[in-house]
Amino acid sequence: MKVVVDMNKCQDHGQCAFAAPDVFSMDETGHLLYVSDPDDALRDEVEEAADVCPLQAIRIEA
Amino acid sequence: MTARIVVAGGSMGGLRAAEQLRAAGWTGAVTVVGDEPHMPYNRPPLSKEVLAGRAPFASLAFTPKAAAADVEWRLGTRVVSARLTERTVALDDGPPLSYDGLVVATGMHPRRLRCPGPLTGRHTVRTLTDAQGLRDELNRPDVRVVVVGAGFIGCEVAATAVGLGVREVTVVDPLPLPMVAPLGELLGRALLKRHQERGVRFALGTGVAGFEGEDRVTGVVLSDGTVLPADVVVESVGSAANVEWLEGNGLDLSDGVLTCGQLRVGGRPEVVAVGDVARFPNARYDGVPRRVEHWSIPTDTAKHAAKALVAHLTGTEAEFAPFAPLPTFWSDQHEFRLQSFGAPTLGLDDVRVLDGDEDGDVLVGYHTGGRLVGVVALGGQAAAMGAARYRAQLLKQPALTA
Repeated sequence: MKVVVDMNKCQDHGQCAFAAPDVFSMDETGHLLYVSDPDDALRDEVEEAADVCPLQAIRIEA
Repeated sequence: MTARIVVAGGSMGGLRAAEQLRAAGWTGAVTVVGDEPHMPYNRPPLSKEVLAGRAPFASLAFTPKAAAADVEWRLGTRVVSARLTERTVALDDGPPLSYDGLVVATGMHPRRLRCPGPLTGRHTVRTLTDAQGLRDELNRPDVRVVVVGAGFIGCEVAATAVGLGVREVTVVDPLPLPMVAPLGELLGRALLKRHQERGVRFALGTGVAGFEGEDRVTGVVLSDGTVLPADVVVESVGSAANVEWLEGNGLDLSDGVLTCGQLRVGGRPEVVAVGDVARFPNARYDGVPRRVEHWSIPTDTAKHAAKALVAHLTGTEAEFAPFAPLPTFWSDQHEFRLQSFGAPTLGLDDVRVLDGDEDGDVLVGYHTGGRLVGVVALGGQAAAMGAARYRAQLLKQPALTA
């Protein structure tokens, strides 16, 4: 699975890190880190993360 | 004939409902009826980035999930009435639609001030069209703006207007502090100070008696007779539920549509409600049904309601745990953010600073019976991270019983 975050939209709300902690996390300064090619087994939680992103910045490609 | 679920309402709640019906295994038809001409879009930027001209309107559109690609969208169409016993809804254009399942997702509309005066020059901020119209007016030279209502949207609009260089921005509210009803006095005072330091003026503890002007508004008359000159007025005085179309069905529509703990309406398992129109009991708290206007609610309610509806329609009725979301909201104003987890309004009588102080980044805890029920951070990213650290604790707590 390929995950793309539009960093022009992202405002570091961190809701994705609650929904999919294996894929998204916040560094010590509160900025987003993410895995761009997570395992397909994580699809449900990545979809949840995309749903709860306040800026709708997360795209799942294939 | 193919079984059909009708989703009344084409905003975020309607979209999430359609997607979640597919996720819950519904293979029948789904028809979404929405009165706006646009596909569903994200509303929070309307009072911020879009109003400031930093984000184009096109950037707001949601991307529907692939599983919902075969959903039928009836946009620019309004549901005008429903006969729940006959399982039909009437539309403002075209013949009635019959349904096997109905999702109520008609949302809210802004309340308007009823006092006398001209209408031109007075704005609300709910839709794309609203934001576009307001943005055009804020960009006129030397405008004076009066914002009526010091809640989240009013304060966001005031901050955006000041950021755009608007000469004079005044916020009017009958309460003594901004955002005091949802956040309490401690943060209300801190927010007042921050807004004033950044150039927003306030007329607090006073209502609006009327508007001056012939063809368009030129001033706002306050309850004490003072007149604030105004070229543009923004009315951010709350919203009311779009439930008129459900009248005549014996439902409790006193504030939105009342649901049970499974988001079902009127004891009918084939009718559910989602989004801010739903007045639901949250099993996490006291069981009192409330409407919740947070951005997270359409998604949370759609997930639960779609499962309950599809289980009923497919005869796979299972026992579901009742709906118990952890509320969360944010608000961006000037360069600072408010970030909340839990239910601060249930703990307004016992408000404590958990970290920091009112002049800088501050984290505030709301308690009932000595127990933490909500946290709100005000400040920069570090403060918001501080609130997030309490989220797990708030999630783990057993339910508060009435």
